Amino acid sequence: MRHPVSVLVENKSGVLARISALFAARGFNIASLCVSETEDAAISRMTIVVKGNEAILEQVTKQLNKLVDVIKVNDFKDIGYIEKELALIKINTVNKISRDEIIRLTGVFRAKIIDVSPDSVIVEISGDENKLNAFMKAVLPYGLKETCKTGVSVLCRGNSGKVK
Amino acid sequence: MEKKTGAQILVESLLKENVEVVFGLPGGQALPIFDAMHGSKLNFILTRHEQAASHMADGYARSTGKPGVCIVTSGPGATNIVTGLATAYMDSVPMIAISGQVATSVIGQDAFQEADTIGITRPITKHNFLVKDVKDLAKTIKEAFYIATTGRPGPVLVDVPFDVQRSVCEFAYPEKVEIRSYKPNYNGHIGQIKKAAEVINKSERPVLYVGTGVVVSNAEDEILELSKKANIPVTNTLLAIGAYPCNTNLSLGMLGMHGTYCANKAVQSADVVIAVGARFDDRCTGKVCDFARKAKIIHVDIDPAAISKIVDVDIPVVGDAKTILKEMVCLVDRKERKNWIKTVDAWKEEHPLSYERNDDNLHPQYVIEKISELTKGEAIITTEVGQHQMWSAQYYKAKRSRLFLSSGGLGTMGFGYPAAIGAKFGNPNKEVIAVAGDGSFQMNMQEMAVAVLNSVDVKVVILNNQYLGNVRQWQEMFYGKRYSHSCLAKRKECPKWCNTPNRDACPVYVPDFVKWAESYGVLGIRVTEKKDVEPALKKMFETKGSAVIDMWVEIEENIFPMVPAGASLDDMITRMNG
Repeated sequence: MRHPVSVLVENKSGVLARISALFAARGFNIASLCVSETEDAAISRMTIVVKGNEAILEQVTKQLNKLVDVIKVNDFKDIGYIEKELALIKINTVNKISRDEIIRLTGVFRAKIIDVSPDSVIVEISGDENKLNAFMKAVLPYGLKETCKTGVSVLCRGNSGKVK
Repeated sequence: MEKKTGAQILVESLLKENVEVVFGLPGGQALPIFDAMHGSKLNFILTRHEQAASHMADGYARSTGKPGVCIVTSGPGATNIVTGLATAYMDSVPMIAISGQVATSVIGQDAFQEADTIGITRPITKHNFLVKDVKDLAKTIKEAFYIATTGRPGPVLVDVPFDVQRSVCEFAYPEKVEIRSYKPNYNGHIGQIKKAAEVINKSERPVLYVGTGVVVSNAEDEILELSKKANIPVTNTLLAIGAYPCNTNLSLGMLGMHGTYCANKAVQSADVVIAVGARFDDRCTGKVCDFARKAKIIHVDIDPAAISKIVDVDIPVVGDAKTILKEMVCLVDRKERKNWIKTVDAWKEEHPLSYERNDDNLHPQYVIEKISELTKGEAIITTEVGQHQMWSAQYYKAKRSRLFLSSGGLGTMGFGYPAAIGAKFGNPNKEVIAVAGDGSFQMNMQEMAVAVLNSVDVKVVILNNQYLGNVRQWQEMFYGKRYSHSCLAKRKECPKWCNTPNRDACPVYVPDFVKWAESYGVLGIRVTEKKDVEPALKKMFETKGSAVIDMWVEIEENIFPMVPAGASLDDMITRMNG
């Protein structure tokens, strides 16, 4: 099972180390981790996708809450949320046929070609995990040169996750 | 406003926090702090090893309930307190450690005596701070004390670079502290308390399982009231020894690996276990899936993360034990539970704690019983870790909490003696006795200089069995009596492998603890016979100043009862071959 967890933390040096050290020390598994400043420069948001069962998720949220620099933890339990991830994918285009195929697939997945070289293209695609995986699978036969994913970003719908 | 250097601000801040005593050792990157102490009112105690300084601060804190403070230099000074911080963290002890650090301009350049103290101590402190700007120093110290002493207490480290100690700024110690990301919850949810009370009222075989949290929140009276009102037998963890009066009929004693037969039986047969400020440590639960199988678990704890971490909890109540118990007592029915008490009493009689009392051999348990008798359980006892620790836990009848100080979670050998010195600083009018094994005492015995030079009257009773006794016991029971590297008397001339220790045939033990004590100008007594135990202890108590008794106890004595590691509490071994 994978669970997204959104963590609002004090934007100070060493906080990321505290969080990652906690996961390592307690044996929790991270599927993805995405960190950035929020609209308030003093606060950062970390979106962590945790692998594990309900009991592990419960321990993860409790242990995170215990850290002094953690302001709020949201595990999106019973809350509607939006989940997005962006990927950059460099794909081999050895001949015109493969390039045409990739352009076609890009259209189907509502992705964008953002760079074209003689023997490769870079595609930008965003969406949830399923969509990204499906696209990767579709272009795999052409040969993936390099890929880069940002990690999952999550926001709850409406007002349910705001810091008071 | 008055301008001060960072070092002066630090010292002033400690005085503002009413710090009575600070333990530590100076060094290059902490010199401005030590210079600021010169001529100040701060009572600083120079130790011989930084590790000991951290344990002294810990012993002071455990015995008084006030935060203990130590100050060390950067690099090796800081790494030497790692064991002390980890010890305090595991046992929820409020402690402030201040370390010097190389100047901010050279951090990260592998400067002389530089270590990433924040990185090293991050997982073994409740929180830590690197102060990069002198303007943040006073506020940081205030926050450090606040974090260390509130919620579930723990050690907090403040790393202060050299240039920050020397920089100047205006000083005003903050009156209040407000950390938006740290707000411990003290009041238990009333709905949960009601649910817990209902379950207790319906139960026939409840057991209270009492841990350090009860001591931290001073909830001893409330536990007593609850247990008496509803007739609930009480078992305690190692760290909560004394939290419940051991002479009452509802007291079961300690549970777990070396707990009493009746305590383990009661927990395994209970229909409700009410854990208060205890964390289901594996030394208490034995095999987790078998722990209290028939029981609903109620867990009162201030740390939400302690709930369902190990054992699934049916009714969690998060908050301060005292506050919650006060409300719970009102909601719990007065009930006799005659059958249950009768069953528990029968277990007590079936297998009370016992050893061979009728022979003339010098059994270690006898020594502890005598100490308990002579001090009436009113002295502070500290222990190292090992067999002597368990015998002390079993046979020392502490009158109240904060009298039995021991490293429970981390199991730190070398803790007891410095902790005793720290405890004596906090309790100058109490008798303080460090009960030690001959192995663990050697880990920090250099601190006797601190006791002697400061006229700190700490008695040391060494239960000398010339072995790392607990290791030897496990080797005897689970490793085919292969005493691999656990004998402390073994010399080059000895047979390579030996499992037949015998004081008459074994080489002379070193060090000679009596001569060693005498070299510090301290009374040293060796006791090799049972009849001499009591006179020696009396002489020790009559002696002003420190004293050391080297008790040559039975070498192959074992601790019983015992639940082998990983086994269920049902599989208790009450004695050898039986």
